[in-house]
Amino acid sequence: MDKLTIAGKQYGSRLLVGTGKYKDFDETRRAVEASGAQIITVAIRRTNLGQDASQPSLLDALPPSKYTYLPNTAGCYSAEDAIRTLRLARELLDGHDLVKLEVLGDPKTLYPNVVETLRAAEVLVKDGFKVMVYTSDDPIIAKQLEEIGCVAVMPLASLIGSGMGILNPWNLQIIIDNARVPVVVDAGVGTASDATIAMELGCDAVLMNTAIAQARDPILMASAMQLAVHAGRAAYLAGRMPKKIYTASPSSPTSGVIGT
Amino acid sequence: MIELTINGAARQVPMPLNVMQLLEHMQLTGKRVAIERNGEIVPRSQYLSVELVHGDQLEIVVAVGGG
Repeated sequence: MDKLTIAGKQYGSRLLVGTGKYKDFDETRRAVEASGAQIITVAIRRTNLGQDASQPSLLDALPPSKYTYLPNTAGCYSAEDAIRTLRLARELLDGHDLVKLEVLGDPKTLYPNVVETLRAAEVLVKDGFKVMVYTSDDPIIAKQLEEIGCVAVMPLASLIGSGMGILNPWNLQIIIDNARVPVVVDAGVGTASDATIAMELGCDAVLMNTAIAQARDPILMASAMQLAVHAGRAAYLAGRMPKKIYTASPSSPTSGVIGT
Repeated sequence: MIELTINGAARQVPMPLNVMQLLEHMQLTGKRVAIERNGEIVPRSQYLSVELVHGDQLEIVVAVGGG
């Protein structure tokens, strides 16, 4: 079987999904189930003081026993904040050390700050975390993050939440060609064909949230994404035919045409 | 009374207390949280032994939906 291996653990699904922006936990759960994802990202936030502790939580809807949680550092603009957040996440999730590092550069674009990302990655890897790292599509930075010891590099396809699709397949291709750890396209996927293209390029997996959560029918889109990732992976493994702009090669026999 | 800063807001609590007592005071027992005190993680195993003092800065976090 064609499995995704991250930090020594195998996963049947190559689609990773976020759990934000849904109407409620029930919709979140149904979308995650329809996506077939096994790894789900979660955010770490201050608890709402004064809230009834018996209120349902994300952990009830999507039990960590059933899914691999990938706590993220969304909203962090410095290495220090990202490191603190993930140390809290590790404590919260009983020592769980697979994490998604993202250090953002500015609130308008949410573009990654790669300088802070590199700094945070160094500290976290030394501290024993298995770091899946969100980064720009710069092949040199991606390689440096791998060399630091990140277990997966996750370049953006386009800006977080933009749904703009894969804007620079050439850079992604270079990152994939150079990488010795899994490459996960993270951010920017808007619809199923984007996910397929990412997989056809040779990405090991795709991570998305908004494309599913903000579709008119998130559950249906989640299942579309599952199929899209499957299709793209299969096409990648099958090896596409070469592109030929102008070499006529009919699919039907050239002999035996009537009237000749 | 002592004053603590919890999740960025000043809060008066009746007595010096340990972390477990604070969680009870705030009705957070039974909820899965993680706690940082003055920049350091407080492991769950130390909730009974860590005494909070006036001026402590605490962060109490949970997992929420996110991408």
